[in-house]
Amino acid sequence: MERDDVIEYSLEAHHSEEHGKKIRKKIYFVTVLLSVITALEVGVGIIFPKHYVSEMTWETIKWGYIVLTLIKAGYIVLVFMHLGDEKLELRRLILFPYIIFALYLTYIALFEGLQVHHVWMK
Amino acid sequence: MAEHALNIDTTPSWGGQVSPFKTSYGKMMMWFFLVSDALTFSGLLIAYGFIRHAYTGEWPMGEEVFHSLPFLGHGYPLIYVALMTFLLIISSVTMVLAVEAGHRMDRKGVTKWLFLTIIGGFFFLGSQAWEWSHFIHGSELGRVQLADGSLAFVHGHGPEVKNLEILKSGHKYHEGTLVEHHALHYYNDALEAGKVNADGTMRLSDGSVAKINFAKEAHVEKLHIRESGSKYQLGSHVEGAQAAELYKEATTAGQANRVVFGANMQRNEYGPQQFAQFFFFITGFHGFHVFSGVVINIIVFLGVLKGTYHKRGHYEMVEKTGLYWHFVDLVWVFVFTFFYLV
Repeated sequence: MERDDVIEYSLEAHHSEEHGKKIRKKIYFVTVLLSVITALEVGVGIIFPKHYVSEMTWETIKWGYIVLTLIKAGYIVLVFMHLGDEKLELRRLILFPYIIFALYLTYIALFEGLQVHHVWMK
Repeated sequence: MAEHALNIDTTPSWGGQVSPFKTSYGKMMMWFFLVSDALTFSGLLIAYGFIRHAYTGEWPMGEEVFHSLPFLGHGYPLIYVALMTFLLIISSVTMVLAVEAGHRMDRKGVTKWLFLTIIGGFFFLGSQAWEWSHFIHGSELGRVQLADGSLAFVHGHGPEVKNLEILKSGHKYHEGTLVEHHALHYYNDALEAGKVNADGTMRLSDGSVAKINFAKEAHVEKLHIRESGSKYQLGSHVEGAQAAELYKEATTAGQANRVVFGANMQRNEYGPQQFAQFFFFITGFHGFHVFSGVVINIIVFLGVLKGTYHKRGHYEMVEKTGLYWHFVDLVWVFVFTFFYLV
């Protein structure tokens, strides 16, 4: 039997010269965006060191970092890894199990970590 | 709906010919592998988060630990890590351009971009080796345990040792010898072992006693208390002459491990031991991924040169290794945030 996986679907990814230009433009845009976000993160880290700002400010910066990280991760996965161009079902198949598990594990581990912290402080 | 259902030819579905996700087997399996690998890295980073939240002292911050540049010394917080991150982003971009060229069957483009990706990978590995080496060797003045039991991070400039003048012979060195080679290294070792005396002499590991001739004396500016003792509290600072005095008292007390330089599996200058353990494990595991990514890229690059994929009619192999390579970049984004920034 002829192998459908090698022949059929692999060829579907091909695109024309013109379409390639559009894709490259998007790639350059994401490159600049990722670089700017990284520079911003480092700049904030240098200007506002943790021990020299108030706790409230630091909390804000921390959550800012997390949001920026997720934005960067989103662009890498959806554009660089082309997950945004895959079929919706495949996108969900890959992202949902991972996100659900990672969120749950993060919640449970950090919650427990804080409890242990309170016990050790006593 | 009913009309649609009538139009579907169900024969090939039963032969295993149709992918419900409209993607090739190889690509889907690469995605499944990446999901499992992502879970591994999440486990590691979340374990790090657990320890960090449970820890009762002050966790080291990235700006304090990673502030050196090659050839330029220290005082450049996070710049080096930022350069590493930028390097990985750029090599990710060259990879995605290689994939794009592959979709146009542009063999020359694939060759060029894939080659640049491999170069970027090597640069990143080299940078990581430098950073590890720096982390292991430590800062100029180390971390000190003060007389009241508190632990302090030392700010200032380290000494420059001209030579060690042997006053009493040992197994290796004889009286009158001037030890110049590795003098600072021996001096720091003696500090860690508690073998430096208040009168400016030290014992070497071969049993000899030497006078330390400084080209430049150590200059202690500030002590930053990282773990409370009976007198100094967590987060407080001691400055000026008092700091220098406390540092001198601790380093010449004749006790081992009052000063610690750098980090390894047994001791860690920068803070809790787990910090070093997680640093080595997470960045090491990531570095191993980069290394295997470079190897896979080289193998695929050879295939591109040979024309294997061109004959096959598509460059999906480049796309699949590209997925792995982007994943390595993706992991670094998280490591960068949770290890260096937050």
